[in-house]
Amino acid sequence: MNPLSDRTAAPDVRPYPLLEAEDLSVTFPVSGGLGRKKRVVQAVNGVSMYINAGETLGLVGESGSGKSTLGRAMLQLENASAGRVRFNGQLITGGVKPDIARLRQQTAMIFQDPFSSLNPRQTLGESIGEVLRVHQKVAKAAIPARINELLTLVGLSADHASRRPQALSGGQCQRAGIARALAIEPRLIVADECVAALDVSIQAQIINLLMDLRESMGLAILFIAHDLAIVRRLCDRVAVMYLGRIVESGPTQTVFNTPRHPYTAALVAAIPEIDPDRPLPENSLQGEPPSPVSLPAGCAFHPRCARALPACRQGAAPETRHIADHAFACVLDAPGSERIFPMTEGM
Amino acid sequence: MSMTEKIATQRFGRFHLRGLPRQQALRLGILMLSAWLLIALFSPWIAPFDPIAQDAAVTLSPPTFAHPFGTDNFGRDILSRVMWGARIDLQICIIGVIFPFTFGTLIGAFSGYLGGAVDTFFMRVIDVVLAFPFLVLMLSIIAILGPGLSSFYIAMAMVGWVSYARLVRSQVLTLKHRDFILAARSLGYRHPRILLLHLLPNALTSSLVFSMSDCVLVLLSGASVSYLGLGVQPPLAEWGVMVAEGQSFITTAWWITTFPGLAIVVLAMSFSLLADGLGDKLGERP
Amino acid sequence: MTLLQVRGLTIEDRQGVALVDKLSLTLSAGEILGLVGESGSGKTLSCRAMMRLLPGEGLNIRAGEIRLNDTDLLTLNDKRMTAIRGREIGMIFQNPASHLNPVMTIGQQIAESRRLHFGASRREAQRQAVEWLRQVGIPDPQRRVDNYPHEFSGGMRQRAMIAVALACEPKILIADEPTTALDVTVQMQILRLLCDLRERLGIAIILITHDLGVVAQTCDRIAVMYGGRLCETGEKRQVLAQALHPYTRGLIDCQPASEGGAGRLITLPGQPPVAARFPTGCRFHPRCAHATAQCHDLQPAMQTAAFARSHVAACHHPLRVLSPVISGRENESTF
Repeated sequence: MNPLSDRTAAPDVRPYPLLEAEDLSVTFPVSGGLGRKKRVVQAVNGVSMYINAGETLGLVGESGSGKSTLGRAMLQLENASAGRVRFNGQLITGGVKPDIARLRQQTAMIFQDPFSSLNPRQTLGESIGEVLRVHQKVAKAAIPARINELLTLVGLSADHASRRPQALSGGQCQRAGIARALAIEPRLIVADECVAALDVSIQAQIINLLMDLRESMGLAILFIAHDLAIVRRLCDRVAVMYLGRIVESGPTQTVFNTPRHPYTAALVAAIPEIDPDRPLPENSLQGEPPSPVSLPAGCAFHPRCARALPACRQGAAPETRHIADHAFACVLDAPGSERIFPMTEGM
Repeated sequence: MSMTEKIATQRFGRFHLRGLPRQQALRLGILMLSAWLLIALFSPWIAPFDPIAQDAAVTLSPPTFAHPFGTDNFGRDILSRVMWGARIDLQICIIGVIFPFTFGTLIGAFSGYLGGAVDTFFMRVIDVVLAFPFLVLMLSIIAILGPGLSSFYIAMAMVGWVSYARLVRSQVLTLKHRDFILAARSLGYRHPRILLLHLLPNALTSSLVFSMSDCVLVLLSGASVSYLGLGVQPPLAEWGVMVAEGQSFITTAWWITTFPGLAIVVLAMSFSLLADGLGDKLGERP
Repeated sequence: MTLLQVRGLTIEDRQGVALVDKLSLTLSAGEILGLVGESGSGKTLSCRAMMRLLPGEGLNIRAGEIRLNDTDLLTLNDKRMTAIRGREIGMIFQNPASHLNPVMTIGQQIAESRRLHFGASRREAQRQAVEWLRQVGIPDPQRRVDNYPHEFSGGMRQRAMIAVALACEPKILIADEPTTALDVTVQMQILRLLCDLRERLGIAIILITHDLGVVAQTCDRIAVMYGGRLCETGEKRQVLAQALHPYTRGLIDCQPASEGGAGRLITLPGQPPVAARFPTGCRFHPRCAHATAQCHDLQPAMQTAAFARSHVAACHHPLRVLSPVISGRENESTF
């Protein structure tokens, strides 16, 4: 009897998103010097986004984009320096302990490095069992059965419960991490680059597993990744980050087919497609993702943008504009004359 | 990373006692230590003579069949005294390590986990303690408290915790940024649970290995302190005291100093071997 | 014209397990060969063996030959091999930060190889260093030549490492996952650079990667390795469009960027093998949907496709009809 089955029976219709961030900022102090002025790095800079129940949102960006920090800040694992986060309609930034506790009971996270995300001194059974015990998910006597159930759910077997992470492969450890996350019976899972460290064939297995779990449990997933091909497969909506801001967001199809921000277009064009007749893109993006310590003035992307206008180089960052549910922060109107290879031909 | 590479990079701690494979080091260490434990436990029954019984007829007798280690200037059998001394010296080792270990580990873990002002405070305290030469500090404390083993233990606890605190603190500082700790926080575990059940078991490795080597240091400190007359009081048999007493006879009756000295060396070596072996064993399963 | 020919290369570890088993490859002048595989496939190990740079403990080259212009590299003594390393075959690595000397400037590192292999004077070597930095697309090379590696960003470091390797003017460059650790937009730049360098300088490149998309866009030929053995090799279009080996097919299907774009991926069950527990017979058989008892018992031999002599695969039940390769020197170049 799956205790989660009653949740998938009637789809939730709620007026507010499951998880929502409003103007969220996260800064870190940067060490260096005994000067009076403390330097800070704006890892996340005034981000507003939301995830609905049962939806998969892809959060993409390169290094320095702040996507991992945003994911952690949404779960209150990093302190927000400004802005608000709401879970299930309730304010959790600066929230009281019971609200945070409720958040912890309904959300879970899976990580990039499968080995270091598990306690090396605990067997898989102990790790999962601890979750069940601390949150009193099942009666004490039912814990071993539930552990086996969870392990089977993620494609491991019952005898993996007595093994330690060092004795397992990367893919198996990642599955164990997912099992541990599922032990909470979460409504939302934040997956922080959870397949990046795995072999390609194992990546595919884990992606399929996430798809299956999402179907059967109505999970919402915040999928943080740098690999757009995976995001294109897995996610309903996608948000693209650059230097701490969301530069574009919207339904996956729309964003990939008609990217409105030059950065998104460049990312999409840079996906290595398995098509031998498609050569390397002619105009690949120049430069590199800069460090968030010193943000450029105006639009943060302008140093690398082939179509930057004088207005982009000064003033404040561009406003976010909307076309239906497709949001983008760029002053340019047309998507650009150069051909952007459409990603989902024949879909 | 391939599995092969993963296994290869997990190895650290490659102590070898001059080519002694680590499995053998561990086994030998355990064997020797068990032997000493047995001797210490059963000394009242296996020692041939009463350690404090004096026999004027056989003073300063060299090793013979009746007295394999010879006798001292009071006619006391050295072998029996060494056996009885094992009780005290082992006690010194164990108690002299347990308190600093516990105390230091807890402070180090606490300090490393909390960080900030708490961490700074404890680090300064450690700096102060380390500023004094070890023995000087020990002796001062013992001098205030009065000579005797209990003063020694107290002094040891007050001074020896420092190394453990630093070791554990540095481990905790590294570990607390690892993903599994972040996972524990995301799963809603409270700080005490994270610290005690998740961080500490992983941070203890180097501290445990160090405690084995520390036994050696404690043993030597205990012997030194007794040698200086501030530890165990005569006529109790303790190796340090015996070495001190045999000093003046070193040219005429070398056995009085040598055998207790050898006992110190052998016990120290068993702890060292154990430390080596344990270090590699624990290093294999970080 | 064949530059490099590897035949029957076998590398064993201390326990006698063949981490690379009878590998045979060829590399022609000016071509880019993609060497594809997952962990444990032996791709990195084979390439390091080509440079005779195997990690010291317990790995030894049990059999095989590596012919560079008619010289078998495995028979050379240290002195002669050192002369070849760098000068004839260069190598770049995945993580430039750990493969560049942090206490020498980039200019010094490039100049060092110029002086060593070409006997250039200090001034000449410095000038050439600036020129090489310009060749690899580093802006403002006059100034950057005196920077230390940590003053470069990730992509720039990779370019710098390419400059260090190419300054020796090798004919062959082995690139071991050069873009895996880079951001995707930077990856494109580096791949573009490698292709440009091939055009301009005529070097041949062995590109080790696990990403079939990278291979599809840059390489001429592909060699697929699994569990230390070569599964399939052939011209890029052939292999991608008409894969012979079930593993190749599986690898293509499970790439997220593969056809369809949405929905579940067709996956390979199980996981790549660990060296200590290589399966008997065909090393892929535990994961193969077409496996039979023959696959468990007998290692398959290389067979060639009927439609393209250069497209070969080692499989008992290939996805298309194959015929046995006629062994003999005249057919070696078909690999």
